[in-house]
Amino acid sequence: MSSFVSQFKTRATEKTRDLRHRQVIRTALRGYEVVRDKNKAAFQSWESARQAAAETKWQAINHLDTHLESLVAKLESRGTKVHWAGTGEQACEIIAQILRDKKARAIIKSKSMTSEEIHLNHALEKEGSTVVESDLGEFIMQLRHEPPYHIVFPSMHLTRGEIKDLFQRELGDAPSDNPDDLTMVARRVMRQKYIQADVGFTGANFAIAETGMLSITENEGNSRLTAALPKTMVTLIGIEKVLPRFADLALFLPMLATAGAGQPMTCYNTMYSGPRQPGECDGPEEWHVVLLDNRRTELLADAEQRDALHCIRCGACLNVCPIFRNIGGHTYGTTYSGPVGSVITPHLRGLQDWKHLSNASSLCGACTEACPVKIDLHHHLLQNRRNAAAGQPAFFERLAYKIFGLVANEPKLWWLAKKLGWLTQPLQHAVKGSVLDPAKSWTKTRDLPPQPRESFKDWWRNRK
Amino acid sequence: MTVTLFIPCFVDALFPRAGISMVQILERLGHTVVCPEEIACCGQPPFNSGYWDEARAIAAPVLEKLADAEAVVIGSGSCGAMVKNFYPELFKNTPRAELARAISARTWEFSDFLVSKLGVTDLGAKFPHKITYHDGCHGLRELGIQKQPRALLAQVRDLQLVEMAEVSCCGFGGTFAAKFPMISTAMGEVKCASAAETGAEYIVSGDSSCLMHIQGLLSRQGSPVKTIHLAEVLNQQ
Repeated sequence: MSSFVSQFKTRATEKTRDLRHRQVIRTALRGYEVVRDKNKAAFQSWESARQAAAETKWQAINHLDTHLESLVAKLESRGTKVHWAGTGEQACEIIAQILRDKKARAIIKSKSMTSEEIHLNHALEKEGSTVVESDLGEFIMQLRHEPPYHIVFPSMHLTRGEIKDLFQRELGDAPSDNPDDLTMVARRVMRQKYIQADVGFTGANFAIAETGMLSITENEGNSRLTAALPKTMVTLIGIEKVLPRFADLALFLPMLATAGAGQPMTCYNTMYSGPRQPGECDGPEEWHVVLLDNRRTELLADAEQRDALHCIRCGACLNVCPIFRNIGGHTYGTTYSGPVGSVITPHLRGLQDWKHLSNASSLCGACTEACPVKIDLHHHLLQNRRNAAAGQPAFFERLAYKIFGLVANEPKLWWLAKKLGWLTQPLQHAVKGSVLDPAKSWTKTRDLPPQPRESFKDWWRNRK
Repeated sequence: MTVTLFIPCFVDALFPRAGISMVQILERLGHTVVCPEEIACCGQPPFNSGYWDEARAIAAPVLEKLADAEAVVIGSGSCGAMVKNFYPELFKNTPRAELARAISARTWEFSDFLVSKLGVTDLGAKFPHKITYHDGCHGLRELGIQKQPRALLAQVRDLQLVEMAEVSCCGFGGTFAAKFPMISTAMGEVKCASAAETGAEYIVSGDSSCLMHIQGLLSRQGSPVKTIHLAEVLNQQ
């Protein structure tokens, strides 16, 4: 068993036992469901919107090469410096080099899961820079020295009391556990950091190939300040974030807001098209855009699962996932958690090391039903299982299925197996749940159904 | 019509009353029921675990046995989805691809067969109890089974259906229940709590496998709530 799977099981055991944690997450996400449904109802047809979005992303991803060329040409035409990064390490090095060139030490950063994917903060801190997260949820998680819990709601698992204690401990200031008061504390700390920052770092939600714009969606205005105040702006974006046309945002902005947070529109949606142009009074003097591959092109080459690149990182699949709701975001041990994380992590970080995430699913399909861009998520989990078993079959599991197949295909053996099951019931009952019980993984928490003496087929035969 | 009834392995061994009810209902409606004794399992356990060669070894003889069936009826959304949706995928690019597609087109989940194919909703049943209905995920999301069982239950005398506030998986998921018992159990606890909130005496479902999981938890918790397959409810006179 790889260390990743044993860590996953240990954390899953801890988290499923933590009833308070499960209740906090369930309550928060049931609240999300109510507002999401209200806003879904505002669409003329949510299902048609999903279909249109899926087709747009299909077009974007299946013609990614031409869209990227157009995007880059447009960005460069207005003086933006575009960098291509094949790997996460390359992206970190490109950004570190920009900081060295600028002799920059202080970085203010708005929310970016892609930067979490490449462990950017760690790389920049190793260079001697200080990085401050300006999204409130990310700021809280940075103070806790923990990765985000959820791709959209980074600190959703914390209560206001826990945040108050954290602020008191780390910032020495927390007048009450009132969210307004706590936000003001964070705001006072952050405002200073904006002014001191040499470089502003952002992620982006969409890249518009037609116009060469990056679209950033946020609720706090921190991303706008991050982009506006420092002289240098750096934006990191995965190559799959491309949309063909500017008009596509008319669908994708409300869709992202609805699916992601149950909002009609996110509070601030800003389109960035270049650094400060001659005659303009604000904006960064320099804008660097780093386009990240990091094995996305390998996923692109997989015709079966290519649609996983449609993902707009809304988090809708996490929110509805009964596994996520019970084990929480940190249990996954990945940047992208929940169903989409279980689908793409094996592609980004290796199938055999991360196949357990595809196995840790009842394949209920709630994720696929919720996905606004119609990624076939739960079927991709099945395909990951198939690919993992083909590449590295588990000896005993395969043997068990071979034997099961022999028994199932031979009526006499099947009859015998049922009889043996019936006869050994008292024995199994005696050792129920103990180490001697071959069914202990079931019987530790659940009873087995009593097996009747007469099976259906016995009845059928007797009847004839 | 001659109906070929596919009895899933765990229904055969553990829940024969569900299968017997299906036979009796279909016969009362005037159909001839055949039940190929050589078929034990659809192959879903190895299929869902990723062992598709082993799944094909079980599924190929099933296809052969069903080749001449006029209509295949399966009393489980999960096994129904396997034959109807996943067999064409499993046998894609193999010599049995066409047979798998042909059988898929003639395969029905039990409640869907009654309501959509036969156009029957009133089976003359009487079940004087308060119940809640659990939608098995494969039936619900792979096959679109949601209205059919409710149309059937609406005609059952003295039955009161109270829906659960949360539509969620029971946590069974086949081998998932054994590979990740802590997650599976937690999901089942959520399901049982939702069912308890309704005040129902029975949890009814078209999937015995979900009910096996739910009943396993209820019985361990000492809950008085019982589980019963839809076919058994519809067969109560």
